[in-house]
Amino acid sequence: MSNLIPHLPALQVVIPLFAAPLCLLAGRTGLAWIIALAASSAATATAMALAYLTYHNGVISYQMGGWAPPWGIEYVVDTANAFILLLVSSIATMVLIYSPASVAKEIRPGRGHLYYCMYILCLTGLLGIAITGDAFNVFVFLEISSLSSYALIAMGGQRKALTAAFQYLVMGTIGATFFLIGVGLLYMMTGTLNMADLQTRIPGIQDSRPVLAAFAFITVGLALKAALFPMHLWLPNAYAYAPSGVSAFMAATATKVSLYVLLRFTFTIFGAKYAFGNLPLHWVLLVPAVLAMFAGSFSAIFQRDIKRMLAYSSVAQIGYITLAISLASSAGVTAALIHIFNHGLMKAALFCAMGCIFYRISSTRIDAMAGLGRQMPWTMTAIVAGGLSLLGVPLTAGFISKWYLVQAALQSNLWWLVILIALSSMLALVYVWRLVEALYFKEPSPNNAAVTEAPLSMLLPTLLLAGANIYFGIDTRVPVAMAEHAAELLMRGQIW
Amino acid sequence: MRHHRVLRIISKLLIPFIMLFALYVQFHGDFGPGGGFQAGVIMASAFILYGLIFGLENARKVAPPAVVTKLVAAGVLIYAGTGYMGLFKGANFLDYGALSKDPVAGQHLGIMIIEFGVGTTVAAAMITIFFLFAGRDR
Amino acid sequence: MLQVILDHYNYWIAILLMMIGLYTVVARGNLVKKLVGLNIFQTSVFLLYITMGKVAGGTAPILDDRFTVYSNPIPHVLILTAIVVGVATTALGLALVVRIKESYGTIEEDELNLLDGEM
Repeated sequence: MSNLIPHLPALQVVIPLFAAPLCLLAGRTGLAWIIALAASSAATATAMALAYLTYHNGVISYQMGGWAPPWGIEYVVDTANAFILLLVSSIATMVLIYSPASVAKEIRPGRGHLYYCMYILCLTGLLGIAITGDAFNVFVFLEISSLSSYALIAMGGQRKALTAAFQYLVMGTIGATFFLIGVGLLYMMTGTLNMADLQTRIPGIQDSRPVLAAFAFITVGLALKAALFPMHLWLPNAYAYAPSGVSAFMAATATKVSLYVLLRFTFTIFGAKYAFGNLPLHWVLLVPAVLAMFAGSFSAIFQRDIKRMLAYSSVAQIGYITLAISLASSAGVTAALIHIFNHGLMKAALFCAMGCIFYRISSTRIDAMAGLGRQMPWTMTAIVAGGLSLLGVPLTAGFISKWYLVQAALQSNLWWLVILIALSSMLALVYVWRLVEALYFKEPSPNNAAVTEAPLSMLLPTLLLAGANIYFGIDTRVPVAMAEHAAELLMRGQIW
Repeated sequence: MRHHRVLRIISKLLIPFIMLFALYVQFHGDFGPGGGFQAGVIMASAFILYGLIFGLENARKVAPPAVVTKLVAAGVLIYAGTGYMGLFKGANFLDYGALSKDPVAGQHLGIMIIEFGVGTTVAAAMITIFFLFAGRDR
Repeated sequence: MLQVILDHYNYWIAILLMMIGLYTVVARGNLVKKLVGLNIFQTSVFLLYITMGKVAGGTAPILDDRFTVYSNPIPHVLILTAIVVGVATTALGLALVVRIKESYGTIEEDELNLLDGEM
């Protein structure tokens, strides 16, 4: 086994890639699920090993096909992307464990294996984006994950899923193409696509117009992919009408990976000094981020569909992450990475819990779930834990995020930001309270008299994810240590 | 299309040559312009032409959709499997040099198999897309 | 001034196509037309990449004793990948349009919004 260790970066992506066609060949839903779960667990184990190795021994580089960079495609793992790999693969595995019952209910019979094929392909894409050290390769994996997620969203039961998927397809393609234009302009000026090589070549030509244009295109393209306000319009419908498992997986990971790429391009490739010193990226990110915090939360309050409410809340949370990035300080990047991790946990738990409710009452509308609190106590426990974490109540993961975010804002002497963060958290209190009130204090609807707790196969992963929100609110060692180390590497703009 | 004798005869004449050209593009790809993607599309166009002229039913008999779907997966498996061969031989993923004692011969062999996988997947995917769209008229 | 425009005609064509494509995506309500616009937009980027690979006086990059100057093949390789992605996007988009037509009976955006209600 020891001779596998140098190949871990390749295996991280290739194991899920190999599993996708196997799922298609399997033909049966159950078999495809086993293959997908095995691949996703293997990817999680790989990510853990990589995170451990890179945290202790430094950067790991892998040359695809034995071609040396900058000519060949290089995979590079440092603490920053190992952190993302760990988040993406472990959430994917948890949601896969959760999936069989919800797939049986929500996906048309005979298409379950296609669902798992697309799901594992999406995972391949997300892992690939995070691990690659080649700018063009990012685009390829971005499209792998996007195309499979359009297909996954379209598998949602309602017809609105189709229009949502189409809208996402148009917006996502424009975003990816913007990114492609940016990479093309960089290639035109530098003659290289390798990220480390780009980093050394850009400073000499950083004021030339193509490089400025490239920076703008890449930032806008990634912001579109990350659903940064006001480019978030595709997100609410996509998450609201996708199958439950897909909502949970994508809400927790897809936009986070785009934000990671944004971090990588601004801090490692262009350098913080260029992006925030020569160019006004601070304001370019700060203003939409603050608007997102308020517009997202405000829209969430008025949603009648809870999945849509959670999706709007995601828009607000992406605002917090972008706000932290815009501070361009070590503390800010740490806060961003911690919130990427914690928000993944919250939204995975909450969307999984919504899936449990949908499984029983075939709806996620707030008036349909009135009074369910007594009939589905464990699902409700998960919702309350996730909701508290979303608010940032002490002893939950969300509190840790807010704590680091506030500290970072104070460190940059932006005390008014702290007020804004507190105000937008109040808005979150309103929509989370609406949900809790409907579940516990409203008269139970007679239609739901026979409703019982969700099946154990869905409940256990949901509770585990909810428990993780509490656990990482108390024992913060692992995420904080990794985020701090990663932020330090990113701020130093270290050459790989 | 039963009455269009010209179309039927010409396409019957053309289809073998289209396929031959696809194979040429496929296997000449490592010496000149060509490769799996182009070859796959050309190969698929032969089947699509057949389907357009002789009807979807006949085309489905020639290329049963169940088999074509399996071929989409098979091509990717060939690609990834070749990559894994490099790992098993102790080199990096996708390092074809390790496939043979002579690295250059290994590179030739590797790119040949990889492109064959690409061609298979592309042709099968294109035929599947055609079947799916054409089969919806009802 | 005119000379500057003429010297960089390839970029102007790419920009023109880009704007036509984006405008079509935004301004047209018909979903198929939106996809066509998206395709034109992507094609403009393909063109941008391919023109940057051209070396003045260079031939196709196939090794031969008679030639010494070759065009850069890498943009072509990159764009082949992007074309494949474009094909897949278009196929998936059209498949969605077909299914939207089947379940809504229309592919006009304003009518879809009416049918969906809340948007």
